[in-house]
Order: sequence, then C-alpha cells, then structure tokens
Amino acid sequence: MMNDSKHHGVSVKVHGLRRSFGDQPVLKGLDFEVQPGEIFVVMGPSGSGKSVLLKHIIGLEAPDEGEILIQGESIQSPGVMDKFRMAMVFQSGALLNSLTVGENVGLYLAEHRLKPPEEIARVVGEKLELVGLKGQEDRSPSELSGGMKKRVAIARALVIEPQLLLYDEPTSELDPLMAVTIGEEIVDLNLRIHVTSIVVSHDRDLAFGIADRVAIIHEGQILTVGLPEEVKNNPNPLIQEFLTAHFKRDNERKPS
Amino acid sequence: MFQNIGEMLVLLWRTLEAVPVTWRQRQKVYDQLFEIGNASLLMACILSVFIGGVITLQTGPVLAERGLSNYIGGMVGIAVCKELAPVMMSILIAGRIGSAMAAEIGSMRVYQEIDALRTMNINPVHYLVLPRLVAISCALPILVIFSIQVGWMGGALVAVFNQDIGISFQAFFGNLRDTVDLGDVVNGLFKSFVFAVVIGTVSCHQGLQTIGGPRGIGRSVTKAVVNSIVLILILDYFVTRFLMYFE
Repeated sequence: MMNDSKHHGVSVKVHGLRRSFGDQPVLKGLDFEVQPGEIFVVMGPSGSGKSVLLKHIIGLEAPDEGEILIQGESIQSPGVMDKFRMAMVFQSGALLNSLTVGENVGLYLAEHRLKPPEEIARVVGEKLELVGLKGQEDRSPSELSGGMKKRVAIARALVIEPQLLLYDEPTSELDPLMAVTIGEEIVDLNLRIHVTSIVVSHDRDLAFGIADRVAIIHEGQILTVGLPEEVKNNPNPLIQEFLTAHFKRDNERKPS
Repeated sequence: MFQNIGEMLVLLWRTLEAVPVTWRQRQKVYDQLFEIGNASLLMACILSVFIGGVITLQTGPVLAERGLSNYIGGMVGIAVCKELAPVMMSILIAGRIGSAMAAEIGSMRVYQEIDALRTMNINPVHYLVLPRLVAISCALPILVIFSIQVGWMGGALVAVFNQDIGISFQAFFGNLRDTVDLGDVVNGLFKSFVFAVVIGTVSCHQGLQTIGGPRGIGRSVTKAVVNSIVLILILDYFVTRFLMYFE
C-alpha cells in the first residue's frame, strides 16, 4: 500500500438522494455507501438515472433532497473539489475539440501547473500508451473514432491520479478486446493507487468481471446492492430479466 | 429578461474578479486576439471606407449648396470617430465574433466539454470567458482605430471625386484636423470598449446557457447577436450622454 495520502481512495456515501427534472422524478431516494478503494458498479436499463447519479456524485448537479458525502464531507461544500482528486470518464468522452489529444490528456496538469511542460509530455505519452494510443498526441479529437475518444478520456482521467474515479459506460463503443483492456486497467488502477471507482455500465461482463460490489438501479430506485454473486442470484424478476436478457433466434421465441 | 441581465452581470463580475489571473491565460488571449483581428480586419476596412464615403455623399452636397463645403472634413471626422466607427464596428464584431463565441461555448456545453472542465476543477469562467472578454476588449478599440482612419479616407475620396462636392484632400483633412481633437477619438474608443464588454459578456453568457442539441446552439447564437446589437444601440445613447459631461 502506498503511503502518500493522495493515492488513497475516498469513501462515498449517498443518502436519501432525490432529483426531479420538471415534474419528472429521476432519482427517488437513493441510499448506498462505497468503501475507499472499492470498485462499485451501478447497472440498470437506459433512463434509470445512472448517469444523473454520477453527475450528482461529482458535483455537476445539485440534489433536490439528500446529500453526497465524500470522505464525510458534502460534495456541495466549498473546497471539496480542491481537497480530493476526482475525475469522471464521460460516456461521450467529452474531449475538448479545440485541443489536440495530447493537450486534452495533459490539460489538468497544465492548467493547475502541477508539472513542467516536458514532464507533462512524458506523463501524457505514458498514459496514452497505457490505453493503446501511443504516438497519437498531435491528432485532433475530431479525427478519432468513438472508441478512441473514450480511451483518450480514460487517459485524461488517469493523469489526475484520482482518489475517486467515475466511469460513465466505459466500454460502450469499444471492441471486446479493448473493453477487456479497459476493464483490466480499471482493476489495475484500483490495485496500484487504491482509487475508489464507481462504474456505470450496461456491460454485464464488465460489471461482474471487475466489481467488488454491484448495485442495480431501476427507475430511480436501487433494487439491490451486494457482492456480484449475490446480485446474480437475486430472485427479483426485474433483476433477473435485466441480467439474463439475450437475443433469441426464431426457434427460441415463445409462440404468440 | 431581468433574470438574464442579472445572470450576465454576475458572469461579468466573476470575470472581472478573475482578471488578476489573465497572465496565466495569456496564450488563449493571444489566440483570441488573432482570431478577432484576422477574421475582422479586412471586413472592418471595407465597411469603414463605405461608411465614410456614404456620410460624405449624403451631407457633402447639402453643405456645398450652402457654401459650407470646407466644413465637410470636420463633420465627417466627428461623425466617424465618435459614432459611426464604434457603433458599426461593434455591430460587425457582434455578428462575426459574438456569434462564434456563443456557438463555440454553446457546443462545448452541449457536448459536456464544460462539465469535463468542471470535473477537472478548472473554472470555465477562467478558462473560457476571461480570455475572450479580455481579447475582445482589446481588439475592438484597435479595430475602431483602423476604422476611423479608413473611414476618414473613404470620406475624403468621395469629397474629392464627387462632382457635387469637389474639394481638395488638403481642405478636407485641414478642416478635419481643426475640428477633431484627441478627446473625440478617445470618446469613440471608450464607447467601443464598453460595447466590447457587452458583446463578450452577452455572447459567453448565451453560450454557457445553451441547452439541447444543435438547435439549442443555433438559438444561443441568434440570441447572442440580437441581444448584443440591441444593447449596443441602447447603451450608445447613455454612454454618449455620459461622455458629454467630460466635454
């Protein structure tokens, strides 16, 4: 275990979280805790509130009710973003199109003046190599495929060496090999710097492959939280329907 | 409307608070300055020639009829430097640069780039608004200096070559020199500085408020340009009135 406190994950506590957009309730009172250094995967169908939950955890959205505590401190209180290093990998990548790939990855270090330019260039090269994009520093984000953008976004998050890392669908738009690489990187990062990881994903292979614990969210409510095996064996029909859904050939479909 | 004005004033205040860190954003300020100058200088010059020309064309024959053709230089000089150059350049910049600012920031908002900045603890006001506001506040008065000179040249050309006016360059610029003083030019530059702040604030505010997809970006661009022009024309009266106290 590393001694540097910056390299320890932080705990996250979500308590009574409610949020509506207009008269449409999206989060209906979520309660869960994530332990420091844990990989916590939130699964659920589209529109169940997963991405909105992530935005609340990192302070991009303010809840109507309830609170989110990072290491015991409310995310809404001033100075929390300065105190703890947090990063988020957006579903779309959210790369700055006016910057090159290298500038995107090194943005955090450059803007906060944490390292000299040569050192930033070295770190950027290292992180890009980690996600399989060695030598792509000078390319523009508009020249990249969706999957490559996602990998650059992950490299950008890794540069921060965060204590809390949020992933919004990290393997969407990735081929299976790259999805495995990214999954392994999430685990590896967790082992190396004990970062707390909260992953939102539809990808059942990823979720059960990397998670310490899994939560299933449905229509803004948590159906269950537990170890992967416990969740897999949960008899709730909504959970089973979500976890076992697969394509059926004509001969497998029920006659109408 | 009042909510929008309030939000814009808050944005302006936050940007002014950030002015001490402008040095850290100097590269972005240079980039924006280049963008504004490069995009607008030629257009500004063309526009100014015709502004000076048309004001001479409209007023010159009337003055010449009354034997006052020697006063054309001073009249055109004052009109261009105190009113036409600052207002017309500001409208041009609102259309060319204000729209670009609103579109760029709006698309960054829609495609979550601004959210990404915030998750990296990078203040969007420092990163996006400050360099644009500083750059436009410097660039617009510089463009107005060009515009004034080119506008005077346009006026002089029409005064010399139009048969109904027919005065010499020396007569035109002699009267202009006697009539226009440095205070008049400063007056025009002050106005253009105020308008630049308005364009920058309105455009960045509209960009940051963008919601929805490409249609939302289009709406923000339209609002940025229209609101800027309306505010420029309204403020023009009040700034002119204010500056009269110093004459």
